[in-house]
Amino acid sequence: MPSSHDWINKPLGVVEAMFAQSNSNPEWEAKVLEYFKGQLKEKESHSWVPSLNDVPLHYLKPNSLVKFRCLVQDMFDPEFYMGVYETVDPSTKANVLRCGKYKDVTECGVDLNSRNTVTAERQTFYCVPIPGESPWAKEISFLSAARVVPSTSYVPSRQKRSYEEDDDDMDTQPQKQREPHTETPQIQPHGNGDSKRQETEAPSSQTTTPSDCSSHLDLNFPLPGERGPACLVKVYEGLDSFKLNDTLEIYGILSVNPVLTVLGEENMETPEEQRAHDPPASLVPRLHMLYARPLQHNNPLLPSAPTEDQSAFVSSFLVEMASVRAELLAYLTHVLLGDGLAAEYLLLHLISDVYTRRDVLPLGKFTLNLSGCPLNSYTERLYQIVQQLVPCSYRLSMSLHTMNSMRLVPKKDYVANRLVSGALQLARNTSLFLDETQLEQGQLDSSGVRNITALGNLISWQKVDYDFSYHQMEFPCNINVLVTSEGRSLLPSDCQVPLQPQVTPPNMEEYLTTIHMAQFTSQINKFRVYLSLARTLDYSISDEVTKAVEDDFVDMRKDDPQSVTAEDLHRMLVVARLLSLSLGQTTLSRDGWMRAKHIDMLRRSRTEQQKSLNGNEP
Amino acid sequence: MSSPTSTPGRRKRNRDDIPATPKSTAKAGSDGQVSPPSQRRRGQDSSNGDLPAMPTSPATDIASPAVHDTSLFSSPPQLYSLEVDMSSPLMYGTPSSRVEGTPRSGVGGTPARQRPDLGSIRKAPQVDLHSDADGAVASEQALGQKLVIWGTDVNVGTCKEKFQRFLQRFIDPTSNEDENAGLDLNEPLYMQKLEEISVVGEPVLNVNCSHVQSFDADLYRQLISYPQEVIPTFDMAVNELFFERFPDSILEHQIQVRPYNALKTRNMRSLNPEDIDQMITISGMVIRTSQLIPEMQEAFFQCQVCAFSTRVEVDRGRIAEPAVCRNCNTTHSLALIHNRSAFSDKQMIKVQESPDDMPAGQTPHTTIVYAHNDLVDKVQPGDRINITGIYRAVPMRENPRQSNVKSVYKTHIDVIHFRKTDEKRLHGLDEDSDQKLFTEERVQILKELASKPDVYDRLSSALAPSIYEHEDIKKGILLQLFGGTRKDFSQTGRGNFRAEVNILLCGDPGTSKSQLLQYVFNLVPRGQYTSGKGSSAVGLTAYVMKDPETKQLVLQTGALVLSDNGICCIDEFDKMSDSTRSVLHEVMEQQTLSIAKAGIICQLNARTSVLAAANPVESQWNPKKTTIENIQLPHTLLSRFDLIFLMLDPQDEAYDRRLAHHLVALYYQSEEQIEEEFLDMAVLKDYIAYARTYINPRLNEEASQALIEAYVDMRKIGSGRGMVSAYPRQLESLIRLAEAHAKVRFSDKVETIDVEEAKRLQREALKQSATDPRTGFVDISILTTGMSATARKRKEEVAQALKKMIQSKGKTPAMKYQQLFDDLRGQSEAAITKDMFEEALRALADEDYLTVTGKTVRLL
Repeated sequence: MPSSHDWINKPLGVVEAMFAQSNSNPEWEAKVLEYFKGQLKEKESHSWVPSLNDVPLHYLKPNSLVKFRCLVQDMFDPEFYMGVYETVDPSTKANVLRCGKYKDVTECGVDLNSRNTVTAERQTFYCVPIPGESPWAKEISFLSAARVVPSTSYVPSRQKRSYEEDDDDMDTQPQKQREPHTETPQIQPHGNGDSKRQETEAPSSQTTTPSDCSSHLDLNFPLPGERGPACLVKVYEGLDSFKLNDTLEIYGILSVNPVLTVLGEENMETPEEQRAHDPPASLVPRLHMLYARPLQHNNPLLPSAPTEDQSAFVSSFLVEMASVRAELLAYLTHVLLGDGLAAEYLLLHLISDVYTRRDVLPLGKFTLNLSGCPLNSYTERLYQIVQQLVPCSYRLSMSLHTMNSMRLVPKKDYVANRLVSGALQLARNTSLFLDETQLEQGQLDSSGVRNITALGNLISWQKVDYDFSYHQMEFPCNINVLVTSEGRSLLPSDCQVPLQPQVTPPNMEEYLTTIHMAQFTSQINKFRVYLSLARTLDYSISDEVTKAVEDDFVDMRKDDPQSVTAEDLHRMLVVARLLSLSLGQTTLSRDGWMRAKHIDMLRRSRTEQQKSLNGNEP
Repeated sequence: MSSPTSTPGRRKRNRDDIPATPKSTAKAGSDGQVSPPSQRRRGQDSSNGDLPAMPTSPATDIASPAVHDTSLFSSPPQLYSLEVDMSSPLMYGTPSSRVEGTPRSGVGGTPARQRPDLGSIRKAPQVDLHSDADGAVASEQALGQKLVIWGTDVNVGTCKEKFQRFLQRFIDPTSNEDENAGLDLNEPLYMQKLEEISVVGEPVLNVNCSHVQSFDADLYRQLISYPQEVIPTFDMAVNELFFERFPDSILEHQIQVRPYNALKTRNMRSLNPEDIDQMITISGMVIRTSQLIPEMQEAFFQCQVCAFSTRVEVDRGRIAEPAVCRNCNTTHSLALIHNRSAFSDKQMIKVQESPDDMPAGQTPHTTIVYAHNDLVDKVQPGDRINITGIYRAVPMRENPRQSNVKSVYKTHIDVIHFRKTDEKRLHGLDEDSDQKLFTEERVQILKELASKPDVYDRLSSALAPSIYEHEDIKKGILLQLFGGTRKDFSQTGRGNFRAEVNILLCGDPGTSKSQLLQYVFNLVPRGQYTSGKGSSAVGLTAYVMKDPETKQLVLQTGALVLSDNGICCIDEFDKMSDSTRSVLHEVMEQQTLSIAKAGIICQLNARTSVLAAANPVESQWNPKKTTIENIQLPHTLLSRFDLIFLMLDPQDEAYDRRLAHHLVALYYQSEEQIEEEFLDMAVLKDYIAYARTYINPRLNEEASQALIEAYVDMRKIGSGRGMVSAYPRQLESLIRLAEAHAKVRFSDKVETIDVEEAKRLQREALKQSATDPRTGFVDISILTTGMSATARKRKEEVAQALKKMIQSKGKTPAMKYQQLFDDLRGQSEAAITKDMFEEALRALADEDYLTVTGKTVRLL
């Protein structure tokens, strides 16, 4: 661990030195970016930078370099600031040129009439931690960061404990009731008991009742019960390259100047707007972006940058791909009460990904409807197991009350001039677990109908229409939706698998716990790497196999045109793709195609069977 | 300066108590030259005039120190704000009385009105570029031509002259703006407008910047770059000209020039620091308007001791309270009298960038706009507007207790001119105002494309390439996208003819109908997508809502109105409730929407094409049944569709193979390969937009002849079998389709080939949807009356047979229902279902021959 890093501890000093050298040559800005990029390229150097995700804000040094793993929740209007300005020293009357970049506040004695003032433009993004990030992902990235925290006096022991509590919750006693916040859909803006939050919040906030929310700051997290710091990120370069809902790792200069909250008593804005755009810096710190890296995934077990070591990592893992797959399949089979076919489909679902769009059609999505799920909290347990495997997930319990009251679609609040988030504002490849077994009879009100429509749109087109009140705006997304239901789901799905339990354990919870306990952490970690990796592999199909697939399709239709439709071919092509990828094969082979056909046949015969069994299926 | 609250330009004339020298003081220019480049205010000049030795003037008292601190910012290129002298032509006019009702006329007699929209005129003296500084003071007159306003290259005299010349000479013979309706295009345009002002008495002159540009590019450049200086000069020029011409006219205040349509039109996203203090035009949508804010322009102070009163102008939002009474020299004796101070109206408006201007995946930007005086309350939330105004940036106010400043500026636009872009839609005038502008090259590309012989096929295959085949359906939709020519018969009383083509797709589930709809919805600028299941009549038409802020009732338009001039895609048409569907009757033929609810009665335009998709009632299409029976839609509605297509699984091997190939390719072809094969979606969009705006084909002689023949032929087919096989509606839709096809070719004439294609397409569609499953003939009455002619004939036959049977039974007043049914079945050679039997009974009941009560049938 290096002794001192000025570029981490005092990045502004570096910036200013470069500015001073430049003699107003505008190239210095590019140089600054080059410098920091270069520093971060060095081996392991990015792990020296403390992360806002892991270290509580008050342990971080103001004006030091920090990183933040986040989702762009909202984009505010661009603002103009003094890029370069001149100050007058009151004693000597000498004018000094100063740089206003990467800062919120100017130095004393600004000469506002100076000719040398340069106005520049920047934009503010409102960023929140990646919604639904699994506890294990947080923990691992936290532990790896805790190895080296050079610039803070912070000893992570206490924070560690709070994560251990989470771990206990998850790993050792999964049967214990989860904290209520995962079930209750209401957004609880405060009082979620995180030590970190409580310390930073004003004590008065704990006494306020939820009805008194207007006085309290709503940090606008997409999912209820989320915690962690939100951040106002000031972006200087490449504004067009960022999109809403991008997941980024941002390296920037932390600014928590308390002056920020005192200033700005401009009457142009409504109080709501001011609260949303200028929250106290102690709660929502400012981050002046120096470098941002778009994240393909937030799995801390995988090298995140597409560098050389990643390709090395991939090729080394590819060797054991097949064996890991077999183990994972066995594990999932146990979890799904011995149903191997359902396990196979669940595995395919977990590695699915919208890899491209053809005009309006998203390709590669694979929404799975697992019907015939046993009632009484089986689905809840199932979700916990899925959560253990994927880095990002959210369980939406589709009870009537939730559907009627919850806000799924983000909505623009024109009074506060911000995008009020909804549960469907999720990062790419988040696993959305829709629990339809919770749905009871009753009436959906208009917002319930809207929510169901939004879910339907999400599943069919992989897009969410954000509500801008005067119009809607379509945001494409890439969310893996898994629907568990008793009968066929009321939502559309790409593929329905009726669960056929082979075992009926007398005590479901005990059964699942035993299965879970039987897995070593190293094993689970392998599964995690496997799932994230399989998704990133490239895939192609040769002309020869294309021909074979075509022939096959024609043959199938020859026998019974009703049995196979274009829709079925769509699905089988996706299944074939996922099946090949799950085995680490990057091209479709004839065998792969036959296998895909085979399991699809099995599944279809099972649905048919179910249909004739129930008789009342539509 | 840039503050929204800064001193307005010509407030001098609102004073009545300060004895200012009329016709201004000829020499005050010296002030500007002598005083250091500090913040001395113009107010001082006017009150001082020749009396520079009046240091106790309240204006002077407060001037320098306070202003010096607060003048935080000025745009980078012009950093010092200097005062302007009274001798400058900027100070035209004389201070006039505020007394109302006094007859007055002429420049001098008409009070000027403050223009807070321009902010204070930058208090810059004119500087002489050629001679030394003293010369400027000496003889203003002689050097007038060389003087420019400090920090700019604007010479007031030249500028004024140029503008007057522009007003007097500018002719725009090609003008087609609706504002110029009724004006003689060959006379100077703006002189006619001035005449209008003299008649109407509304002292506002809107000037189209593109006119200025085409007349004098240099003047235009100055206007864009230094609006704050140039617009007052324009005002002055106009007023001189106006009162010279109409010396007797009485106006409320002097004429104000409102330029609009600055060609430097930008969308909100491209505004950058370089635009500060320049004139810009941006488009956007109003999302919020504030309450009216009274903004103090002039504070009125009265001495508590001697009742001496004085006025202080508000400078950049601050009032400098005079510390000493000038009359009795008491300190701190002056009190502000609110109701004698002068206020102006101000309103804050938030504008959001219109959805069309935005890159995908980002959120829209918003901008704050300040409207002043009569522009207040001109726009409502939801309006789409073009704003012309001056872009401002103000630093965050300095906190006196804080030594450092937040380094961020607040930006806003001081609006000069509003133009609603959707205004016309409400008034029902024709053609889009927001015509898409095409560059020369783009038009060239489009024309080249149009000249290709296979353009029709090319375009139709470019439509939704991910959906396989269904060529005719795609062609139909393509024609729908282009639409027919709008014809106006309102003079003859028939009203507008529908130009929009409506299409219904029905067929098996899973035949990518929804996908096609989604594609169309994404392609057209004013598309709406709704699902029959989820939409109510209200959601389609319009609803009345109470605005939470103002508590006013507001009419919120629904999908059909929103897609005016666009396409409304309705999925799951069959699942729509009857009441919802009934709304469509009016829309699909009359193209209007009548609303009568909550005391609001109105008729909205809904010139929308409907593209609907319906599933058969039994999940699979039953080829043994007619279209009506399959989808269970009322025939009144069906007959309003120009084309009804069936999307069925064709079930043949060659098709399967092509389909499989297409799908596999879809999944595994790279982006580039796809793009090579098909036209870019953007090109298609532009092509359609261009054709819709610029091409209005008319029928030529041969085409009309061909249409007549086609119609007669269609009528003939059925007449042989005693049924009607075509109605005038079919002819109308044939015309529409032919026109649309001509549009595809960018042709101004509808020719025979267009008619041929229209005929072919209509025949194809009819073949699919109107074939009588019993006879195999195309029978239009299936669609128009809901029943094929043969079916009707059959029904009658059964009824007659039943009647005969009953009559043959002799006089039996009552019969058992079941008995009768069995008898009839036994007698008839064809199988008779219970439905048919019941129908026959009902027919006889209608004839008053019998009644059915429960299980017995009684004769009457």
